[in-house]
Amino acid sequence: MTLFGRNIPIAFSLFVWFGLWEIVGRSGFSSFIPPFSKVIETAFVIAQTGKFAAAAAISLRSFAAGMALAIVVGLPLGFLMARVAFARRLLGMWVNIFVSAPISALVPLLMAVVGIGETTVVVTVFLFAVFVIVLDTQVGVQHADRSLVEMARSFGARRSQIYTKVLILSALPEILAGLRLGAIRGVKGVVIGQLLVAIIGVGELFELYSKHFLMEEFWALVMIVFLFAFAISESLAALERKVEYYAGSR
Amino acid sequence: MQNDTAVEVRNISKIYSGNVEALREVSLAFPRGKLCTLLGPSGCGKTTLLKIIAGLIPANSGEVWVNGRQVDGPGPERAFVFQDFALLPWATVLRNVAFGLELRGMPPEQRNEIARKHIAEVGLAAFEASYPNQLSGGMRQRVGLARALAVNADIILMDEPFSAIDEQTRRKFQEELLDLLKHHRKTVIFVTHSIEEAAYLSDQITLLSPRPGRVAKTIAPGIDHSRGPDEIRRDKHYLDTVDEIWQMLKQYVD
Ligand SMILES: Nc1ncnc2c1ncn2[C@@H]1O[C@H](COP(=O)(O)OP(=O)(O)OP(=O)(O)O)[C@@H](O)[C@H]1O
Ligand SMILES: [Mg+2]
Repeated sequence: MTLFGRNIPIAFSLFVWFGLWEIVGRSGFSSFIPPFSKVIETAFVIAQTGKFAAAAAISLRSFAAGMALAIVVGLPLGFLMARVAFARRLLGMWVNIFVSAPISALVPLLMAVVGIGETTVVVTVFLFAVFVIVLDTQVGVQHADRSLVEMARSFGARRSQIYTKVLILSALPEILAGLRLGAIRGVKGVVIGQLLVAIIGVGELFELYSKHFLMEEFWALVMIVFLFAFAISESLAALERKVEYYAGSR
Repeated sequence: MQNDTAVEVRNISKIYSGNVEALREVSLAFPRGKLCTLLGPSGCGKTTLLKIIAGLIPANSGEVWVNGRQVDGPGPERAFVFQDFALLPWATVLRNVAFGLELRGMPPEQRNEIARKHIAEVGLAAFEASYPNQLSGGMRQRVGLARALAVNADIILMDEPFSAIDEQTRRKFQEELLDLLKHHRKTVIFVTHSIEEAAYLSDQITLLSPRPGRVAKTIAPGIDHSRGPDEIRRDKHYLDTVDEIWQMLKQYVD
């Protein structure tokens, strides 16, 4: 971002928005919007409570399990669809539909199938994350340089070596992008899953704060969740940039 | 098959899906230790034939014999040099050159030592740690050549290796290739579009007809490379060979 010809760090734009928020909050414009400083203060208070620690633990566990499942299923499926025309024809349409479908609408349905509890949340995270991982992996592997595969074969590469030494590395930038988008959706999945179905973890806190009109706490929690998603996505993005650098002129 | 034949193809036919007949009944022998060129109009099946010899694509019928054995896939006695270099963009020059050995499961110190030797041989010793996108086209093709030399295959298949390289580098490269071949006894099967390149480098030139590719003619230019390159390029015998090939190819262009 540039302002008056100078380079302004991205953090500066956050400051402006947070400043605006502070002003609106102090003006008493709406009881839904407490001042930003209050929210941050509250965030530190909340973060130290046992209730939050317990909620965070449950939520993290569901997130990690759902993401792990999405990766374990998503990567091989993406490879399969990229390499086998039949799999692509069979699944391609569905993956493309679900990648843009409002998964939230399915969550109540899940409740009927999986029941109410942590499992539902895990499945929600999985559904939110898996399709974009499949799609990006497929695109990455399909766009992998054909001549690199041919080269590896000419030097006697076994089938498994073509995957481990060429295809995975060649598709790594797209795979990482898929994981990053998947993780962001996964965070959404945790919150939505816990809000809509199983009233546990962070979702339970959200429910509690909004029901009792605790807006400072509510926004503080939003900020914490936002920060978590941001941290994950940024660290994956950093990894992506490193890989892009090595992948050079692909 | 005689002992001095490195590669022989017998009655090779290839029809791609969509009924594209690329090759029809091609039979050819490539003598050991010689540089043999495949020449012909665009689309006549030169790359197809080379890839069939490499074992990268199957023929519809016919046989490929390498060192007296029939083959139906890639093998360690053959190495390919690609027109588009086909270097791993995420790997250094050293790792790229050692890649064939890595695939064979050779331990790192051993394969890096061999790779270093061949990197030096193609004049890239200072660039071991560079990545392909930091190199010029000519340097990238040297990496491709070093990679093929590193696996110590005695048959090297080259698909228009110098086509993406400027004329000066190309001539320098041709000299280096001849020089290399003097020291290593390799059989080279070389695809090119350049009549001059073929006449200058080859011990044997095979002209293929337009699609479906068949053997139209085989010529042995017999250029004496002990003389300097400039002298050869003024030599009557060399010029006659170039003209002979041109007369053949001319009919296809019209
Ligand atoms: N995978 C493929 N599927 C279908 N047709 C193909 C395929 N590869 C090549 N062909 C066709 O086969 C014919 C021979 O192709 P090939 O690449 O072997 O020609 P070439 O002599 O190497 O041409 P060039 O000199 O332009 O490189 C061409 O007509 C081409 O269109
Ligand atoms: Mg070709």
